[in-house]
Amino acid sequence: MTDKFISIEGIAKRYPAPGGGTTAIFENLWLGMKRGEFVCVIGHSGCGKTTVLNILAGLDETSEGAVIVDGQSIEGPSLDRAVIFQSHALLPWRTVMGNVAYAVSSKWRRWSSQKIQAQAQKYIDLVGLTGSEHKRPSELSGGMKQRVGIARALSITPKIMLMDEPFSALDALTRGSLQDEVRRICLETGQTVFMITHDVDEAIYLADKIVLMTNGPNAVLAEIVENPLPKDRKRTDFHKHPLYYGVRNHIIDFLITRSRNFSGNAEGYDPRHVPVVKPGFSEPAIAATGKGSASASRAASA
Amino acid sequence: MTSSLTWRAAIVSIAIFVSFLLAWHLATRGTGPVTQMDAEYAKLMGATATQGKSAMPGPLDVAAKLWQHIQSPFYDKGPNDKGVGIQLAYSIARVAIGYFLAVMVAIPIGFLIGMSPLMSRALDPFIQVLKPISPLAWMPLALYTIKDSGLSAIFVIFICSVWPMLLNTAFGVSAVRKEWLNVARTLEVGPIRRAFTIILPAAAPTILTGMRISIGIAWLVIVAAEMLVGGTGIGYFVWNEWNNLSITNVITAILLIGLVGMVLDQLLARVAKLVTFPE
Repeated sequence: MTDKFISIEGIAKRYPAPGGGTTAIFENLWLGMKRGEFVCVIGHSGCGKTTVLNILAGLDETSEGAVIVDGQSIEGPSLDRAVIFQSHALLPWRTVMGNVAYAVSSKWRRWSSQKIQAQAQKYIDLVGLTGSEHKRPSELSGGMKQRVGIARALSITPKIMLMDEPFSALDALTRGSLQDEVRRICLETGQTVFMITHDVDEAIYLADKIVLMTNGPNAVLAEIVENPLPKDRKRTDFHKHPLYYGVRNHIIDFLITRSRNFSGNAEGYDPRHVPVVKPGFSEPAIAATGKGSASASRAASA
Repeated sequence: MTSSLTWRAAIVSIAIFVSFLLAWHLATRGTGPVTQMDAEYAKLMGATATQGKSAMPGPLDVAAKLWQHIQSPFYDKGPNDKGVGIQLAYSIARVAIGYFLAVMVAIPIGFLIGMSPLMSRALDPFIQVLKPISPLAWMPLALYTIKDSGLSAIFVIFICSVWPMLLNTAFGVSAVRKEWLNVARTLEVGPIRRAFTIILPAAAPTILTGMRISIGIAWLVIVAAEMLVGGTGIGYFVWNEWNNLSITNVITAILLIGLVGMVLDQLLARVAKLVTFPE
């Protein structure tokens, strides 16, 4: 039960193809997540990452299979699963306070407006927007807008946070400080997070597990990379950790070559038990070339 | 820079207005040929024949008439001689009632069309056929069925203001950004709360644009409708003064119609500004 807090069980998503028949974005996808785990999905555009996230959010339906969260199958969206959208999706006619309070009042409909305000204020303070409560989204910078999105998601105390490339539209400095905030908040609250990203460093800094997804159509989960970096890593020096380059090179090798070549029909590949790898332990960073690192780490995990 | 532009635009406006008045004054000042006639006969003839005055009133005549109307706008000396204020009030009241009824009908149906692709398709042929019909074409049918000229005029206002509001509401509602609807979905917001807290504020600027177009059309149509139904209203006043051959009154009325139309439009522009949100 505690082993698999979220369990994606054989889900598929198919669309009707233009010339009749169907195109499968992905087929038979299996993934388990523990409570309090931070999982990042990396893959090229169009591989179906966002579709997986939308299915987890309940915004999209599977063509086959099911997702079980905390022992219950997902039937549509739920207040237990908060989504942080890439485009922040704030309501422009509401203030910062109004946007967060809207979420709070949606979760607790009977609360008095004072209680709602207090709860919203708590999370506005948490993301460092104290003093901007009465600004409208158009008056905020991109980073501040995304902070409001995070405050809105956290304010309903969800069981899971789903983030769809939340920082991809931000400049590097803002992105860095927001990653720090998210990491701090998630560690403090023990939040379970499923996040999509294109940024390898972001994934290594934030995630406990990094799921590598091959190119679509017919995308599969190639492997799950366990992050070997210590849990108390710091932004300032995590890239100096001896295992950092091993992990990074492994992921980049995957994105450059193996995401194209990897086939779900390969011998020994079982979609129900996606291979778990822990790269970077045995080999020095310099020697981590494409095939070598993959096979070596696969062997290490086997 | 902007303030200087405002000033310069104002100066140009005033210059155009003054030269227009001047041209108008010069053009209508003319002394035409005066015919010698019997004193008794001259009483029957207008100033055009006896004093050579222009048949078209000049700006000073109109200004004098306007001043006279402003001094006593609400006098009532029987069915054919009421103050212009009373006539305008009748017209505004008719437009207000017809327009209000149209809002009550158009916005809910627009919501329905915007939210349901089925209803959108099903109602589309009716809208396409009904929309291009001149509102005045309904007048005989309205008079025949309602049997009251005042109510028929209100009906005509209703029918002409419904369409722009209906189509704009439907468009605004169907064009609400998917991400905002997704926010509502992930927050498990019910359909009624979603309609009022997400769709209505998101579509409000588009709806208000439709309402603004409608009030403009309604004010255009009321003049024509009142010319047909007669009795009261600024349209009737214009037609009545035409029958009196009082061109001065007709010009005065035209000016007032324009001013009232502008005020109505500005009122809705104010409301539109309130509901518009910067992205």
